[in-house]
Amino acid sequence: METLGAFSLLLALCLAGYAFLASVIGGWKKKPFLIESGRRAVYGVFLLLTAASAILVSALLASDFRFAYVAERSNRAMPALYKFAAWWGGQEGSLLLWSWMLSLYSSIVVWTNRTRHRALMPWVVAVLMFTQTFFCILNVFVEPPFQMLAVGRGVTSVPDGNGLNPLLQYWLMALHPPALYLGFVGFVVPFAFAFASLLTKQPGEAWIATTRRWSLITWGFLSIGIMLGQGWAYAVLGWGGYWAWDPVENASLLPWITATAFLHSVMMQEKKGMMKVWNAVLVSATFFLCIFGTFLTRSGVVSSVHAFAQSSLGSWFVGFLAIGISITTFLILRRLDYLKSEAALESVLSRESSFLFNNLLLLASCFAVLWGTLFPVLTEAFTGEKITVGAPFFNKVNIPIGLMLLLLTGVGPLIAWRRSSWESLKRAFRWPVLGMALTMAVLLAFGVRHFYALMSFGLCAFVAVTVVMEFYKGARAIAAKNQMSFPRAVVELTHRNTRRYGGYLVHMGIVLMFIGYTGSAFNKDTTEEVKIGSRFRIGAYELQVKEVSDGANPNYSWQRAVIAVYRHGQYLGDLKPERRVYAASQQPTSEVAIRRRLNEDLYLNFASMSQSDPEAAVIQAYVFPLVSWIWIGFYVLLFGTLVCLIPSKVKYAYAKTQVVGVYERQPEPVQ
Amino acid sequence: MKIYLRFGILVAAILGTLAWLAASGIRESKTYYKTITELKSMPPSEAGKRVRVTGDVVPGSIRREGAAVRFQICEKDRGVTLNVVYTGKDPLPDTFRDDAQAMADGKMAPDGTFHASSIAAKCPSKYEAAPGKAAPRPLNPGPSRSSL
Repeated sequence: METLGAFSLLLALCLAGYAFLASVIGGWKKKPFLIESGRRAVYGVFLLLTAASAILVSALLASDFRFAYVAERSNRAMPALYKFAAWWGGQEGSLLLWSWMLSLYSSIVVWTNRTRHRALMPWVVAVLMFTQTFFCILNVFVEPPFQMLAVGRGVTSVPDGNGLNPLLQYWLMALHPPALYLGFVGFVVPFAFAFASLLTKQPGEAWIATTRRWSLITWGFLSIGIMLGQGWAYAVLGWGGYWAWDPVENASLLPWITATAFLHSVMMQEKKGMMKVWNAVLVSATFFLCIFGTFLTRSGVVSSVHAFAQSSLGSWFVGFLAIGISITTFLILRRLDYLKSEAALESVLSRESSFLFNNLLLLASCFAVLWGTLFPVLTEAFTGEKITVGAPFFNKVNIPIGLMLLLLTGVGPLIAWRRSSWESLKRAFRWPVLGMALTMAVLLAFGVRHFYALMSFGLCAFVAVTVVMEFYKGARAIAAKNQMSFPRAVVELTHRNTRRYGGYLVHMGIVLMFIGYTGSAFNKDTTEEVKIGSRFRIGAYELQVKEVSDGANPNYSWQRAVIAVYRHGQYLGDLKPERRVYAASQQPTSEVAIRRRLNEDLYLNFASMSQSDPEAAVIQAYVFPLVSWIWIGFYVLLFGTLVCLIPSKVKYAYAKTQVVGVYERQPEPVQ
Repeated sequence: MKIYLRFGILVAAILGTLAWLAASGIRESKTYYKTITELKSMPPSEAGKRVRVTGDVVPGSIRREGAAVRFQICEKDRGVTLNVVYTGKDPLPDTFRDDAQAMADGKMAPDGTFHASSIAAKCPSKYEAAPGKAAPRPLNPGPSRSSL
């Protein structure tokens, strides 16, 4: 079986290389046969990679420890879900997953466009298969998943594997890498279309219309991946944080930022024919940042607390990025005429300008995060001394950017295209500003003095009011005209222009997430050494350690503290934080206990038994206000994204506003 | 052209503020990578620097003393060891134990012990940890992103 697996990978590499060459030559010399064979080869690559993956997964499920990969990442006692998840539990397997997903996406692209975009497709396939070839090279030569241990030939025997890293044995974690990868890999497609359309000088914005859904879906997956990571960090790592500006986290955030910028500025191109160069740059940047993200997480170039093996992958990725970025830059520079803007900016107070600033801020944030992440590498290269920057750097830059973006989230949708007068702005923003002022006044009255927290809650109110107003105004008009009930009118309104109202829902989700993030300004924590039976306090809670028990199952042994929670003397229930030691890896982990509520989470970690007193436990207790709103906001964001994907009931023809002439204010007649 | 001037001023103001914030953020949180040997030979004038030092936890050296945790890390090939005292708020990582590779952020005290404000640890190399994500921990204690 293993030979078959390795052979399918090799064959997939050859076929991907062939598909690339056939598409390039076919597209260049206009040979339909070559083009067609290139397209069919794409399906072949998908089948071969599926076979290779299936062989690896079945070896994992069957605990076939002759496979080095299986012996390292799996063990017999692990539940089947985690055995399956071990597919992406290690370097070789997760690169195989990357390859497989790329081939899946490529096949979908080739299939859905089998009769469309005749001139474009050979080049789209070429870009996809160029990337595919690169990853297949990694699968075959650099990180082969089908290495065998010489078991059964008298050399050694493997009774059981090492097991998946216990920290990863958590359901969110099983889903996090595939979701993130679906996002990472997916951006190849919009990039491929943009590249092909630049190369062939396609008239109009065909590539944008074709890849709009793709961009949105992959953006959605990337969001899911990032949020699953945050949810996992919060629930598993035991320190109650969800974001630490670690290089690996930043790697997933970077393409998300540029993709968000792209999703916004692409509207400028669709409606006004502006920012064409910019969009080409953004879509390329997003793709290369996805590759760069994979590179960061896989090569160990920036020392991260994420414990990855050092590997020789780095130079391969650097090579791929260097080639890819050079070609793309060259192409964009050669096509500057073709990318000429069809309209000019007219006023600082306009929708165009709000998009411009949205992009500026997102890019500034992206640059700062990239800079901070690569700071050790850069300082070492230029000064010889390796220096790193930490969370304070990232927070200092990104918190103000976040707040300004939040402001634009509220302003953008209400401000007019082209130019807006102060009068109309006053009318549009009366209620949102009132909401903001009211919120801040109430918070001040309750003694909140944290500047950023005040600003953030105020702006959240501002944006929330604008979004609610938009829905209310539109739905009221529909309800009056068609004699509908108000809720039905809201649905009808959304259905008429799903992209717009879905977008508002996404904005609402972001507002809720900001509320959750802001809550962390008021976190409380304490570490106590408590005798069994005695009590301690945190915030409004009183906690009593009732007992400590222990036990074992085949996968791990555990020690559990049972802690009774009281608030104002009222018993609220027991929380049971746990410590585990996994049998296969002998690695201890903590299982925190969380009492999740909308206003705040009570979060308990059983750190250890006291070393000085065997009858006392060390308990870390935290109170995290509002943290649940992050997850709620995420579901709203996801729902909004799905709404955007539903086709609108009314087909808007998106007639471009042509600039016929520029209105100039006539000089006042002189008396 | 007036419109572009206006945009230019606004953009410059925003980027200028951000650059200023970034510079002060770097000043506050920059941390030098040092080996144990380099740390031991560091001139006293540099004692105030924030430093990140990596070494293997000496087996049996971890002791809890109330809120503080004392331990030693060493560079195996050179035989130098460093006394570390950790007084940070966050719980120690699960991977922190004998023989683990520990990364400590903090400052040297005049008595030659290293005062760490945060600890990150990798499991002993026998178990190469997995992909995606393993054990992030704030490299610097202090507000995480969330302290808006």
